Amino acid sequence: MIITRKVEFSASHVCRAPGLSEEENQRWFGTAANPHGHGHNYVLEVSLEGQPDPVTGMVLDLKELKEILNREVVSLYDHRFLNYEVPPFDREVPTTENIARDIWRRLEPHLTSGGRRLHSVRVYETPDLFVDYFGEQPCSA
Amino acid sequence: MFRVTRRYRFAASHRLHAPPLSEEENRRIYGKCNNPFGHGHNYVLEVSARGPADERTGCAANTREMDELVAREVLAPFANRNLNTEAAAFAGAVVPTSENLGIEICRRLKARWHEAFPGNWPKLEKVRIAETARNIFEIGADEIA
Repeated sequence: MIITRKVEFSASHVCRAPGLSEEENQRWFGTAANPHGHGHNYVLEVSLEGQPDPVTGMVLDLKELKEILNREVVSLYDHRFLNYEVPPFDREVPTTENIARDIWRRLEPHLTSGGRRLHSVRVYETPDLFVDYFGEQPCSA
Repeated sequence: MFRVTRRYRFAASHRLHAPPLSEEENRRIYGKCNNPFGHGHNYVLEVSARGPADERTGCAANTREMDELVAREVLAPFANRNLNTEAAAFAGAVVPTSENLGIEICRRLKARWHEAFPGNWPKLEKVRIAETARNIFEIGADEIA
């Protein structure tokens, strides 16, 4: 069984890779490379895979999940300029992919235990662009 | 592994009518969708690519390339068109149901994918098309020969 909890945060960022030329940055990021930054209302969906506890009937108490998401992600990301205020985005481009992976790394130690595991992290940068991250496993052909 | 999904919108008209069937059978099977003058939908299309993130850019797919591919292969031929009379794929016996429209979109994207994404990654994973908010169709790229 997979259960999902949704939270929102708002943050600003610049998508600009220091190793790329100005032209390459434009080709990859377009106006998102504007050095002054811009922001999004991000939506985060965190999915856990597991079986309901035979006594409580729950995979994980959603109140507890909500507290973990607030403590490990929202309190750090919400109303921040990611490049300047949230490591590792002082060295990594805060693309939706890198944000999803960073959130996975922050959450995974708190959510995977016993028969329960973090299944996926979905980050919506806008309603029209979202990324699912399934952990470090290599891509199958 | 990442899956990057981009959402697009387009409006088009169609009529559901299978030429091998009688008028009566067509009316019975398709109901209002068989109206001879056709009708339209606001389609919502999701295109998903999967792959690893590029070390330098932090991107698993260049969404600008995806946008250009979808503009060329999907929006140009289908947006604000009559699918029955203007789309070659539906000129014959193929009925422009959303199943068949989704298959045609997936086929068109898969056929041109390597022009937009010449490397091993990202791969086209699936398309998902909503004809209305209540009717949704998903086709994996692996289902397309």
